[in-house]
Amino acid sequence: MSLHHRHLLGLEGYPAEDIQTIIDTAFTFREVLDRPIKKVPSLQGKTIVNLFFENSTRTRISFELAQKRLSADTVNFSASTSSLKKGESFKDTVQNIEAMKIDACVMRHPTPGAPLRLTEYVDAVVINAGDGTHEHPTQAILDMTSLQKKFGYLKGLKVGIIGDISHSRVALSNIYGLITMGAEVTLCGPATLIPPHIEELGVKINYNLDDVIEWADALNVLRIQMERMGISLFPSVREYRSLFGITTERLANHKKEIIIMHPGPINRGVEIESAVADGDQAIILDQVLNGVASRMAILYLLLGGKAES
Amino acid sequence: MKIKKCAKKLLLKNGTILDPLAGKEYKGDVLVENGKIAAVGKISTKDANVIDCSGLIITHGFCDLHVHFREPGREDKETLETGSRAALAGGFTRVCAMPNTDPPIDSPESVRFIVEKADACPIHIHPIGAATKGQLGKELTEMSGMAEEGSVAFSDDGLPIMDGGVMRRVLEYGGMLDLPIINHAEDVCLRNDGVMNEGRTSTRLGLPGNPVEAEGVMVHRDLELAKLTGAKLHVPHISTATAVKNVSEMKKQYENISAEVTPHHLFFIDDDLKEFDTNLKVAPPIRSQSDRKELIKGFKNGTIDCIATDHAPHTIEDKEATFDMAAFGMIGLESCLGATLNVLVEEESLDLMTVIKALTVNPREIMGFETDIFAEKTPAELTIFDPKESWEFSKNDIFSKSCNSPFVGRKLTGRVKYTIVKNQIALI
Repeated sequence: MSLHHRHLLGLEGYPAEDIQTIIDTAFTFREVLDRPIKKVPSLQGKTIVNLFFENSTRTRISFELAQKRLSADTVNFSASTSSLKKGESFKDTVQNIEAMKIDACVMRHPTPGAPLRLTEYVDAVVINAGDGTHEHPTQAILDMTSLQKKFGYLKGLKVGIIGDISHSRVALSNIYGLITMGAEVTLCGPATLIPPHIEELGVKINYNLDDVIEWADALNVLRIQMERMGISLFPSVREYRSLFGITTERLANHKKEIIIMHPGPINRGVEIESAVADGDQAIILDQVLNGVASRMAILYLLLGGKAES
Repeated sequence: MKIKKCAKKLLLKNGTILDPLAGKEYKGDVLVENGKIAAVGKISTKDANVIDCSGLIITHGFCDLHVHFREPGREDKETLETGSRAALAGGFTRVCAMPNTDPPIDSPESVRFIVEKADACPIHIHPIGAATKGQLGKELTEMSGMAEEGSVAFSDDGLPIMDGGVMRRVLEYGGMLDLPIINHAEDVCLRNDGVMNEGRTSTRLGLPGNPVEAEGVMVHRDLELAKLTGAKLHVPHISTATAVKNVSEMKKQYENISAEVTPHHLFFIDDDLKEFDTNLKVAPPIRSQSDRKELIKGFKNGTIDCIATDHAPHTIEDKEATFDMAAFGMIGLESCLGATLNVLVEEESLDLMTVIKALTVNPREIMGFETDIFAEKTPAELTIFDPKESWEFSKNDIFSKSCNSPFVGRKLTGRVKYTIVKNQIALI
């Protein structure tokens, strides 16, 4: 059981069988997480550094927990982007860390392509924990793990991705992953937040949320960043909510019970109503637990951990 | 590269003389005496220093309307001297240097600074003056005084003149002096924070895109204003099918229009950025395959007049940054001939004469420079190159102070062997 690529930089072109291997392994680790003692010795003696060039709470904690559950040694590095304006300091920083003999780097960075650059500077295995508006492969894998757990299959599954697609690495990685796994994807959001030429990746665009709800098995609802309003990408929260907000009222108009996902953090009352986020259709907290299991699976598979007994 | 003084009598023997002004190509020799053309044709002379040019083309020295030599202000990237060496390596004997230095060349005094410094350089360097003070796009510069000191054109290159009213006045005033106006044609609002061509690839990479319309609408505006004012407009580094179409349409109505294309826009496509190579981050961006094909077509049908490199040196730190932080621009003098011939002659089967004209006669005509280079007593400005040599461009071929070239490791066709200018010969 091994993966074709040494690093996990993104899901574009990532083999379906590898995605499936990660999901299957994640299921195994989900069982570990349900045990009274949630720790296995798989990565004992391995050192992993979490390089966060951009603020993150849930992804960082999820990775850290996954590493601790696998008995790896971890080091955390956070830097505000303001002190790292220049690429040279990026290079210097990572080379310094590499010099300390690290087995893997988990990196979040505000710039697309930064993890690829990192692979040129260090020998360690690189895992992308989000690079700007490019990819966030581990989030997409945990989303797919959650979907597979809920539905039992991905092929033919109908998934709507709702909201700010343009500025979302979650959307892009989900698109690559879901299409590779044979799911169907429809994007829905304001036209100003849907990137040009995205249909060429094999997805559909529909600006009518009710149509998408009617069609979908599951919705992945993305966070709307309020600062986008300032640059005229959408006019107001009121209008956003009325066109694209997920409300109980809206869901009640449709017979089929669909699943609601959200990568977090949630803007309650904007892209999703509280009652929906806390309701039965939402699997948002389940995604969080699957996140730890998926990241354990990824670390385990990439770092060649010992088979678990 | 070795640069040495020309022998008193220098005979370029058994070459193929390609005269882009007369449109003639024939076997022959060129005799240079005291740095000047003494004779062209079949020459037998005894006491000359002979260079065997068999298999090589002897033609006019190349002329580049668009380089950034960074002096004054960023001498760590390039100087007039190091830029000259890069030019010689690429077969260029004459270049026009853009004014976006630090401080910008926006006064008669700063133009004089360049002219005086350039005098000691091994090639001819003509300053292009800023069109507006501080390149801020607001107030006109003292264009007349700058022209008197040697400014050959006006441009705020790098910074588009966004205000249409200001652009109109620049064209009116510059038109009065009969010097070309060059506007970096990108609508900065449409370009927004785009760092590469907007298209499938930018979406795949999650990078902010710069749409082709950013260039299209600006070129269209500039062309209309040129016609309105009667000024000479030169459109730099044309990168899109739309802009080619706009120029082609306007040329039917108004004649004072010219356009240039860079070797990199002819050579690369946006898909080549998939590894986030910051050396391919340029402004305007490398476009799609279909735009590239239209640039080639536009070159073939004469809509595009000349090839210019937009040689833009940057330090390693500036380019080793993450993609959003990396500087825009690539060097291009040394790789120009090889890249251009590779695309236009090797792949597109265009005749060598048309391509060489776009590196010699056409740019000189646009700027009003002497074009009859083979005439007797003309100071020799010659480039001697092998049109067939297939070679891999490497860091060793770079003479610029910077090495930000995506051509490193690429196969090129055609290689410069000797460049003669200012009574010196560079052996490349």
